[in-house]
Amino acid sequence: MLEIKNLHVEVADRKILQGFNLKVGPGQVHAIMGPNGSGKSTLAYMLAGKPGYRITDGSVTFDGEDILELAPDERAAKGIFLAFQYPMEIPGVASMVFLRTALNAVRKRRGEPELSTPDFLRLVREKAKDLGIDQEMLKRAVNVGFSGGEKKRNEILQMSLLEPKLCVLDETDSGLDIDALKVVADGVNRLRSPSRSMIVITHYQRLLDYIVPDFVHVMAKGRIVRCGGPDLARELEERGYAAIEAEAA
Amino acid sequence: MNADIRPIRTAAEQALATAYEDTKSRLPGGPEIARLRDRAFSAFADSGLPTRRVEEWKYTDLRTLLREAAPLAGPPDAGAIARAKETVSLPVPNLRQITLVNGSFVPELSDLGDLEKKLTILPLARALAEKHPLAGMIGKLRPETHNATLALNTAFLNDGVLIEVGEGAVLERPIYLRHVFAGGTVAAAFARSLVVLGRAAAATLVESFEGPAEVAYQRNAVTELHVADRANLSFVRLQAEGESALHISSLLTEIAGGAELSFAALTLGAAVSRQNVSLHLAGEHTQINLAGATLLRGRQHADNTLVLDHAVPNCTSRVTFRSVLDDTSRGVVQGRIVVRPDAQKTDARMSLGSLLLAEGAEADQKPELEIFADDVQCAHGATSGALDEQLLFYLLARGIPRKQAEALLIQAFFGAALEQVRHEGLREALIDRAGKWLELRERAS
Ligand SMILES: Nc1ncnc2c1ncn2[C@@H]1O[C@H](COP(=O)(O)OP(=O)(O)OP(=O)(O)O)[C@@H](O)[C@H]1O
Ligand SMILES: [Mg+2]
Repeated sequence: MLEIKNLHVEVADRKILQGFNLKVGPGQVHAIMGPNGSGKSTLAYMLAGKPGYRITDGSVTFDGEDILELAPDERAAKGIFLAFQYPMEIPGVASMVFLRTALNAVRKRRGEPELSTPDFLRLVREKAKDLGIDQEMLKRAVNVGFSGGEKKRNEILQMSLLEPKLCVLDETDSGLDIDALKVVADGVNRLRSPSRSMIVITHYQRLLDYIVPDFVHVMAKGRIVRCGGPDLARELEERGYAAIEAEAA
Repeated sequence: MNADIRPIRTAAEQALATAYEDTKSRLPGGPEIARLRDRAFSAFADSGLPTRRVEEWKYTDLRTLLREAAPLAGPPDAGAIARAKETVSLPVPNLRQITLVNGSFVPELSDLGDLEKKLTILPLARALAEKHPLAGMIGKLRPETHNATLALNTAFLNDGVLIEVGEGAVLERPIYLRHVFAGGTVAAAFARSLVVLGRAAAATLVESFEGPAEVAYQRNAVTELHVADRANLSFVRLQAEGESALHISSLLTEIAGGAELSFAALTLGAAVSRQNVSLHLAGEHTQINLAGATLLRGRQHADNTLVLDHAVPNCTSRVTFRSVLDDTSRGVVQGRIVVRPDAQKTDARMSLGSLLLAEGAEADQKPELEIFADDVQCAHGATSGALDEQLLFYLLARGIPRKQAEALLIQAFFGAALEQVRHEGLREALIDRAGKWLELRERAS
């Protein structure tokens, strides 16, 4: 489904990803862990097509297609979704207008009809309820006045509405309290399916107790330095990154 | 007489002088009005059209922009009236529509039936001819400094409308004053209106300016507004002139104690426009809210020049102007707040913002505070910049196509001004009108 080969990415003339490789098959969940600054968010942004990232070498294909030339909205239409580490506040843009515009844009490009207003409202209400998002919150502008945790839930709400093929979650767990973590993880698990893949970026083993990954990768200095199963996350928790990096070096 | 101290006249100034000499004897009203016109014209003749050397006209050099003065429009014929009738108006139910075509009051396009108690609506030409007392209030409001375009309007004082809302009258039905230019040839339309709100009266007033895209007509419209003690006026203005037009308008206002004025303007039209808004806060505890949204494209130039004069203590004023500038358009907003020595406890805030959608667009924003009192709270700010790329990325990452994502952010930007219109139907009509501007932009690419 997703194949990243020998990827080198520069931001503001700094080499961030340096020979990054990853292959994600349909239905798989890959966790990526790694110290601060190792390039996890860079990877996530690069996949979503954020401007300012210079690809100096390597390739990224999604369903066999090179996506590096595609604009962010085209990538989203193909089914790539990034849940942001720091979701943006957009004053003046009503949450419901935003959700509806996004959903209809994506549906249109998939060749599906726009949803009627009542159908849309019903759908949002149902998904919001599953994620414990208050209807009142959705009356506000996008993420404006939302707490850190509320913003993260809102990302997952968008994800479940847009039904992407590849979900990239960048530290969706940070800022969530213990109960919220469970609610959000349940939301993510509901989306797991044999055709949908996920890349879950996190610092904490706890999230991976709920969203059990098929593979765990450790990133350091812009590359994957170790791969393993769910046990690797536990090992990291006990031994820390330094030990593992030292072994890999 | 010493010939060489006279300023050199431009062709336009010369044409205006000739037009004045030719028409003045045919204009309505008694000797007092004739004197008012003469004084105004001679003041205009002394100053001539304003150039960039006049501080208030720094960004809009009218002497250069007005190369030729168009002939006076004259009363509209049946064809013009028929065309004016077809011009789409604001689709808001229950507005009492008053229509001026090419500056002349047209009774057949005006709804004067079932006037509410204490509401008077009169054509200015008739009021002048009949020496109606309301007509005597014309020309009473004068800005502190000479304004050449206002003087010209006074010199050609002819028709327009007089509206009085008597003491305590609360009008449910908004009054909608439409200025329509109709006709295939270039002409100058002058109109003068007067609105008087009696004590504790309340009303909603809408004024719109429209005309054909292909005719380079010239508009000069002045509205004088008197708001008495504790009156409450909500005033909405739509400048949607044809894209070849020259639009000059002045709103002169005097507001008495405890009154409330909420003014919102949407500026979309004309090749060149200049909107003067001058507010004199003459009584304590008045509250003013001024909001404006300007959306320009192509080579349009729009200048909004505001003066708020806090002359007495304990008044509050808020100014929020937002300009969205595409292509090589230019948006000027000059906002001057004067706080006189007596005006203690003034609470005045002004926020100007411009969004530049293209490299070639230009924003000139000049907020100014002149404070002569010490116990006041005043603040102003001006920002200008392009769309926020980070926010755009967020919207794009959700599958929203670029133009549509931009439209959402642009709408949010000018929404800060238009959201302030209290009348729901009018607010929606204005937002809808601005939305059409965005649709055109989306389709253009
Ligand atoms: N726009 C930028 N300009 C300069 N340096 C950048 C930029 N964006 C990221 N970097 C640098 O790239 C490196 C990787 O950053 P990135 O955000 O990908 O790390 P991360 O693994 O997500 O870290 P964290 O765990 O703290 O979220 C860091 O050293 C960061 O300072
Ligand atoms: Mg990160």
